[in-house]
Amino acid sequence: MSRLAVINGKLADPAGKGVGSGVILIEGDRIVGAGDVAVPDDVEAIDAGGMVVAPGLIDLGVFATDKPAFHFGGITRAALMPDQSSPLDDAGLIRQATRAGKPDFWVHPIAAATRGLKGTELAEIGMMQAAGAKAVGTGRQWIADSGVMMRVLSYASGLGLTVITHAEDSGLAGKAVATSGETATRLGLPHAPACAEAMAIARDIMLARVTGAAIHFRLVTTKAGFDLIRAAKTEGLNVTCGISPAYLFLSDNAVTDFRTFARLSPPLRSEDDRKASIGAVADGTVDVITSSHDPRGPEDKRLPFADAAPGMAGAETLLALSLNLVREGHVSLNRLMTLLSANPARILGIDAGSFAPGSAADLIFIDPDTPWIVDSTKMAAQAGNTPFNRVPVQGRARKIMKGGVFL
Amino acid sequence: MPDITVPSPSPDLTGRALFPHRHLLSIADLKPWEIRFLLDEAEHWAKSNRNGARKHDDRLTGMTQINAFFENSTRTLLSFEIAGKRLGADVVNMHAGQSSVKKGETLIDTAMTLNAMAADVIVIRHASSGAVALIAGKVDCPVLNAGDGWHQHPTQALLDALTIRRRKGGFEGLIVAICGDVLHSRVARSNMLCLAALGAQVRAVAPPTLMPPEVEMLGATPYHPMDEGLDGADVVMMLRLQNERMDGAFIPSAREYHMLYGLTPERLAIAKPNALVMHPGPMNRGVEISSSVADNPDRSAITEQVEMGVAIRMACLDVLTRSARGVQGWS
Repeated sequence: MSRLAVINGKLADPAGKGVGSGVILIEGDRIVGAGDVAVPDDVEAIDAGGMVVAPGLIDLGVFATDKPAFHFGGITRAALMPDQSSPLDDAGLIRQATRAGKPDFWVHPIAAATRGLKGTELAEIGMMQAAGAKAVGTGRQWIADSGVMMRVLSYASGLGLTVITHAEDSGLAGKAVATSGETATRLGLPHAPACAEAMAIARDIMLARVTGAAIHFRLVTTKAGFDLIRAAKTEGLNVTCGISPAYLFLSDNAVTDFRTFARLSPPLRSEDDRKASIGAVADGTVDVITSSHDPRGPEDKRLPFADAAPGMAGAETLLALSLNLVREGHVSLNRLMTLLSANPARILGIDAGSFAPGSAADLIFIDPDTPWIVDSTKMAAQAGNTPFNRVPVQGRARKIMKGGVFL
Repeated sequence: MPDITVPSPSPDLTGRALFPHRHLLSIADLKPWEIRFLLDEAEHWAKSNRNGARKHDDRLTGMTQINAFFENSTRTLLSFEIAGKRLGADVVNMHAGQSSVKKGETLIDTAMTLNAMAADVIVIRHASSGAVALIAGKVDCPVLNAGDGWHQHPTQALLDALTIRRRKGGFEGLIVAICGDVLHSRVARSNMLCLAALGAQVRAVAPPTLMPPEVEMLGATPYHPMDEGLDGADVVMMLRLQNERMDGAFIPSAREYHMLYGLTPERLAIAKPNALVMHPGPMNRGVEISSSVADNPDRSAITEQVEMGVAIRMACLDVLTRSARGVQGWS
């Protein structure tokens, strides 16, 4: 078994306070010690060259197993959404998905909560768990039938699985492709009020209270939504939520000129909601930042706005955009790594995303200040559909270790 | 008819500087003096269309105009076809029903195909907001938006403005009530921007379920009920209510809509005594407008709107092809 020591790095320990120099000891594919520990003589020392050493990012909710993009972005594991060409509602498909990235990338599939993601009949969640599913998900959709949703939560809680849900009331959202407001009115786009999100969250929090289930709202993007989550957390319910950088740094005016790369689901929100989202990251309401990576080629995006598929390629920009939150003083680097690694691992119930002994030896070396410019024509991802094209950013993952092995 | 005062477009502008746009996609792209310039150009065609025994002009001879209509239309398509032919262009119509769009060809591929046929101007209607701009970005010739989704229908707004100017003499202080299904209406969006830019006081009059949010940002003040919106109006512009909106989704029924928002003679009496009635057509008689109002020759400008439509489209086709035709000052 190989024994390694990462030396001369600045450790961004999610569980720590501040970023200081320290050592990480690794045996095989596991971390055995970290921080101010002695380096034994018989280990292979790896010099981090003064870079920030952090756990590999764990991306909670992506739509494709797009390894080049994940590796570029310092992402070592991702939870795969059940919305695949064949919905992940069967143990065989789950097993297949878990193997797709190995050995240098691990996929943790999210089991479809209902057969075919249709929102009517429970899928074989227990069998999918046995095959490697780490959570249950409603996919891109909200389950409109409250009775079905209650049974999904109840059943999943019996298996110890978190239910990952999409928060948009389907009656209000309908065929909307934008948030109600000036931009949607100017462009003549089908739109829904932002409260479609809070309405969905309000119902699902009540069902989580009744069933005692753990629920994770994958993307929360409005002030009203965060207010409900904040209250539920204060009450002690097992409620968590995530967001992606798009909602932190863009508002709905980004779709002006019918830019389909900014067509997302849920749609981009008002500037007030954007600011509330930053506030929710800063005050700890947000638990997870995800790329929501969904690479889409011209056949899905070079279309009239309402006909284009929603989604953005986010894996490559996840770290660099999130580092803005540290530079702007909203969160510490440690807290950021909690949002990007430790919390996703906790929700999925996997031993990763931390420096604690026994945790997976998935590490990234980050050069947090190196500037680069996002270029949609030169991305590692399967497609370059980023609304951040030509935006200057800072921070790159320079080196990735997956399971004790450098890529 | 009042005297028409035609304000000079903008001081010191000549040639291409008067209208420096390659395409006509949205009223939002136009400055007030650019709108006035197009109206002035159309005035000339309105006269010759009405007076001339020979309506034919040959300035677009040898040029190919493709009318690519991905959504059904009778009057707009006909209007563009007549406008092109009166200018001497070779006009070809493409209907979605007969096109390869039905066979799954993407919009971009269709655009590339049209472009490869070396059209000199393309007129496009499409059911999706933004679709016309998408095509315009991929072709080498001027593109005219003949209506895209709920977004824009710029020639309709221009022809409405020309009709109003001819009947009312100008726009300053004029109260224009745009009534009906504002939410789903590209005609309303274009007209609100256009008339507000020209100095009119624009009202959007609609039941709350058919009023777009933040309509004020397009230059209109929202009103309901109908009677409040009509009070003191100089122009009452009715919008077509699409059949599929009448089935309980946005309003309970056509007859209830007529009761609350239909333009009846009694309701028209709330507007100014000489208020002008307009409708972009086709009308749902007995739904948004009563026949007796639509057919009143003293008040209704509906057929004049159709007439001005040809003039406006001739002006737009002429102006947008000037650069390609090498008209002096426009290259």
